[in-house]
Amino acid sequence: MNAESPSLSIDDVRHVAKLARLAIPEARLDALQHELKAILGHIAQLQSVNTEGLEPMAHPLTLVNRLGEDVPEPGMPIADLLRNAPATEGVFLAVPKVLGGESS
Amino acid sequence: MSSDLVQIRNDIRDRTTTAREVVDQTLARIAQSNTVLNAYHEVFDDEARSAADHVDQEIAAGKPVGALAGVPIAIKDNIVTRIGRTTCSSRILENYRSPFDATAIVRLVNAGAVIVGKTNLDEFAMGSSCEKCAWGVVRNPWDSTRVPGGSSGGSAAAVAANLCAAALGSDTGGSIRQPAALCGVVGFKPTYGRISRYGLVAFGSSLDQIGPITHSVRDAALLYQCMAGDDPHDSTCAPRPVEDVVTTLEETPKSFRVGLPAQYRKGNSPAVDAAVAHAVEFFRGMGATIVDIDLPLTDVGISTYYVIAPAEASSNLARFDGIRYGHRTKSASAKELFDLYAQSRAEGFGPEVQRRIMLGTYVLSAGYYDAYYRRALQIRRLIKHEFDAAFEKCDVILGPTSPTAAFPIAGMTDPLAMYMCDVYTVNTNIAGICGISLPAGFDETSSKPLPVGIQLQAQAFAEPTLLKIARAYERVQGGRAHPKI
Repeated sequence: MNAESPSLSIDDVRHVAKLARLAIPEARLDALQHELKAILGHIAQLQSVNTEGLEPMAHPLTLVNRLGEDVPEPGMPIADLLRNAPATEGVFLAVPKVLGGESS
Repeated sequence: MSSDLVQIRNDIRDRTTTAREVVDQTLARIAQSNTVLNAYHEVFDDEARSAADHVDQEIAAGKPVGALAGVPIAIKDNIVTRIGRTTCSSRILENYRSPFDATAIVRLVNAGAVIVGKTNLDEFAMGSSCEKCAWGVVRNPWDSTRVPGGSSGGSAAAVAANLCAAALGSDTGGSIRQPAALCGVVGFKPTYGRISRYGLVAFGSSLDQIGPITHSVRDAALLYQCMAGDDPHDSTCAPRPVEDVVTTLEETPKSFRVGLPAQYRKGNSPAVDAAVAHAVEFFRGMGATIVDIDLPLTDVGISTYYVIAPAEASSNLARFDGIRYGHRTKSASAKELFDLYAQSRAEGFGPEVQRRIMLGTYVLSAGYYDAYYRRALQIRRLIKHEFDAAFEKCDVILGPTSPTAAFPIAGMTDPLAMYMCDVYTVNTNIAGICGISLPAGFDETSSKPLPVGIQLQAQAFAEPTLLKIARAYERVQGGRAHPKI
């Protein structure tokens, strides 16, 4: 890749939108490509910093695994959780069929 | 009525006034001003009145009450509350009702606070102007043609306009400090992990921190103390005791060192530079040592931030898929699961959120991960090293909060230009240290005077020192001014 002058094609934008699960309208792709290229063009300055031998820092705190007591605790009532669901069937979340349609 | 939280609390406790009287006055002011300012998305009139009545009954019965008994507090709408909705100012959560309260809310309520409502933000806390709010732009109480800053702009505007005694914000790259500066109030971002993130809708999980927006440093210290400390619901909450910052607040350190970074002096408006210069003279006058320091990665911070924050956001916001909660598309074409996800998300998220999800997805994708994300995390370590070296030479770093005062609504259309507003605030979050924005006079060059803020930053967990020095500055400045509304 060449981060100095990011080459981001319309097909790349379509591909990233698919990965991101965003149905971007065709008419919006062009503008989005330009916006992303401008931002990536600025971010390219990261390439000028010498990072040799540096351990990536994913988090500001020095973290260790924190284990809880292995005791059951009451969960949230199912009715409270389902209250926000856009579609339900009984105590279940309703979704369209998971396995593909004609192509499956 | 006083606007100062500590004073209101004391007046209620001494029965000089009642919690009900305070909340009624607050609700009346909201009814009067909110149609213009749009600081609140939702106001809890009935719940707030009954919470206030409860406090008054406890006091009348001679029972001991909490440190915040009866004070009206506003909550940024990305912090979940059982009462009302929690929308993150996004259509995707338009009708979301949380089944639980955030830990910060539980602790405020346990201390007797009265939650008056939820404040608007840039959608999912992504923005510096509160123009990217699904429920309309928020306006600056000092000049309603200008932005209040963001993303906690509704909270900052509500405090500035005296529509609450204090408010909660969240800060991922400056979202508490910048709107506080632009609205002329105090905005405090504690060290990463000091206040539980449980119930703060996640944006950048390694950067996010809840904090107070207040009328004074004294109020900020009190709210911080009520909320800070470990939480079994958040494994990234720091498991170390919280020092008493309230009773020690007036003990100004006998000697301390104020660091001035060379890199904080370019591109600021003259009024911002003058406010910093004035603060330098003030600290010199009280015997502090002023030292020049070097933070060469200040500029690179923006690029680092706009890799790390969108990367984490793209992952965090994957949960909004129209299945368990939030908006689900009604489009008949969404027959299969993929289309249901993609169409629900495209309909529910606004343009800036979609842009950042795209950017984050790109920098994490195969072939680009090493060049962008991994490299940004390496530079994050360099930025941390740079602060560590600076804090060998000084106790606090002084500089502007934002390069300019509030800009006009619709005056900044380029997303990249907007990102640059955060140049002095993002590195605080990248390194996980603490920072506070303080009102520091006005920019008088516009048609109306606009507040200017200065920022003090301190090493991780150095809140006691940071707050004492901030308080010393505030005592001499004489507290904040109030806009005419």
